[in-house]
Amino acid sequence: MPAPPTEPTHIEPSGTGPLIVVKDLTKVYTTGEVSVRALDGVSLTIEHGELVSIMGSSGSGKSTLMNILGCLDKPTSGSYTLAGQEVSRLSRDELAEVRSEVLGFVFQNFNLLARTSAIENVELPLLYQGVPGAERHERARAALERVGLGKRLDHTPAQLSGGQQQRVAIARALVGDPRVILADEPTGNLDSRTSIEVMALFQELRSTGITVVIVTHEHDIADLTGRVIAVKDGKIRSDEVQTPRPAVLPSQAPQGETR
Amino acid sequence: MNFEKRKRRGGLNLFSTLKVALRALWRNKMRSFLTTLGIIIGVGAVIAMMAIGAGAKAQVESAFAAMGTNLLIVMSGSTSAGGVRGGFGSQPTLTWDDLQAIKTEISTVKAAAPQLRSSQSIVGEESNWTTQIIGTTPEYFEIRTWPMALGAAFTQSDIDSGAKVVVLGQTVVEKLFGANSDPVGNTVRIGGKPFEVVGVAIRKGQSAQGQDYDDTAFIPMTTFAQNIQSGLGKYIPGNIFVAATSAETTSRAQKDITALLRDRHRIGPRADDDFSIRNLAEIAGAQQEGTETMTTLLASVAAVSLLVGGIGIMNIMLVSVTERTREIGVRMAIGAKPRNILLQFLIEALALAMMGGLLGVALGVGVARWLAVRFGWPLLVQPDVIAISFAFSAFVGVVFGLYPARKASRLDPIDALRFE
Ligand SMILES: Nc1ncnc2c1ncn2[C@@H]1O[C@H](COP(=O)(O)OP(=O)(O)OP(=O)(O)O)[C@@H](O)[C@H]1O
Ligand SMILES: [Mg+2]
Repeated sequence: MPAPPTEPTHIEPSGTGPLIVVKDLTKVYTTGEVSVRALDGVSLTIEHGELVSIMGSSGSGKSTLMNILGCLDKPTSGSYTLAGQEVSRLSRDELAEVRSEVLGFVFQNFNLLARTSAIENVELPLLYQGVPGAERHERARAALERVGLGKRLDHTPAQLSGGQQQRVAIARALVGDPRVILADEPTGNLDSRTSIEVMALFQELRSTGITVVIVTHEHDIADLTGRVIAVKDGKIRSDEVQTPRPAVLPSQAPQGETR
Repeated sequence: MNFEKRKRRGGLNLFSTLKVALRALWRNKMRSFLTTLGIIIGVGAVIAMMAIGAGAKAQVESAFAAMGTNLLIVMSGSTSAGGVRGGFGSQPTLTWDDLQAIKTEISTVKAAAPQLRSSQSIVGEESNWTTQIIGTTPEYFEIRTWPMALGAAFTQSDIDSGAKVVVLGQTVVEKLFGANSDPVGNTVRIGGKPFEVVGVAIRKGQSAQGQDYDDTAFIPMTTFAQNIQSGLGKYIPGNIFVAATSAETTSRAQKDITALLRDRHRIGPRADDDFSIRNLAEIAGAQQEGTETMTTLLASVAAVSLLVGGIGIMNIMLVSVTERTREIGVRMAIGAKPRNILLQFLIEALALAMMGGLLGVALGVGVARWLAVRFGWPLLVQPDVIAISFAFSAFVGVVFGLYPARKASRLDPIDALRFE
């Protein structure tokens, strides 16, 4: 059973060094005559069990960095080591395995399958992990309940609000019990109350040893993380460790355990 | 990897993949149907073709069984382009001496008998029935391999004496005496004169053209000449049925009879025959050739349709891959391996082709059934033909689905996700 470790711990049992090591990463997009340096020499290290936020203005290269960290895109130059493994050396099948077993990705534009119900969208990662149907369904339902969508299981993306779609995307990222969740503006479409709920969920995941990296524009959200990395024009401007504020609303405690 | 490897429980759920494929096809019902049309026609043609081949073969076989492979029919009058002319309006040219000569002078002839025909009313005790009366000799039953079910055939002495005896076919017995009755010893009237029933011939069934062989009564040819026609002349007012010694010698016998009759009728080397000979084996062969042409035609229709159907499937799968590029990107981003994507699109192509195969089988069986009714064949759709054509449509699906599926599986996740 691929459950997270029972004891809250900051150290992965199987990883000794840092989880993510990025060195001199550049990404150049060439469109016709024009070439854009979306990433321009980014180096950073993220340890197991960190909750990190990446901030920066629009077009600063945040999504580009996340796509590379999510093993979806390849850098133009530089190296990326995930749990001691050089990503550029992995085969297509190994990359798929990493995406399936290690990473949970929340896209800025959700990328849910159209005309497919919320629960089926959330089941997909489990399908590719080879989880049998009944268990798949049960875990997907639990994940949706965890993001507060237990009553919207059979709605298709077109029948859901932007914020609800975003939460389906979050449920899909965490259903496969990943070691790392990479979320590109996971609260971009949420009101402040739901944002806090999602952040409470991320804090809870972090406390069970899962590493969470989010992109955000809001300082209020960044304050809830233990480390803020500021990006500008494809370069890291600052990288500060802080004491995260607990994500609690005055009126309501965060969602309880559902699993 | 440094991560402890999680246990994968079995492979990808095939059932889930099939469900996804079927749903994708169902979303584009009309498109899916039109795409499978080629396969439908191809498979339908294969099944219809096999049924025609088998039906025609059965027809030829039953014609042989009913008529005999060594049967020749010699008729007065020459053949014209349209087939055999003779009988009505044409002067008989065959003589009783010709019959005798065929019997005695040709070694490949086993037996020969005249066949005089007339449609007559035959009256029983309670009912009457119009049937075909055949005047002939006892050899006739041997030539047509038509033994008696009850009683016995008339004999040479009946011929010599012109006895008023009759052998009835099964249909005539049914009409006059009822089914399963034994009329031997009873008296029927033909042309007003009493005839004693001496025998009942076994059931022969129908000809390929649907003619009832059993709707016949046989009387001695001398009796026929005296009572139905006006006496015996020099010429035979009918045909001569000949049995060759075997199926192999039939053509030889036909040549020999032709030579003999040309000689006897003093026909010059350039002149046409004043008689014609029907060789049943030849007719059956010609018929078989006809169905072979038909079968070849259908086979090419099937091959072309399956090819076109396959290309159609490839085309629509390429469209589908393009339409769903983003979906492919999403699936890859959340852990689908290239082979998962390959399988998904391959199964979709396969489902498409097999659906076409299923409809094609339905179409083919429908056509075969219609043909069976139309031509009076037995319904000959063998299960293995259905299985083979079904397998073939699946094969077409795999072959033509492979390229689009490979194309899908080789997409780069980020490119697929950015696809507009
Ligand atoms: N596929 C692409 N082709 C060409 N240029 C691109 C591509 N993707 C991103 N860029 C460029 O790279 C730069 C960084 O883009 P990126 O999407 O990483 O920004 P971002 O920080 O995520 O912005 P936002 O906050 O608006 O999401 C931008 O200038 C953008 O125009
Ligand atoms: Mg972005």
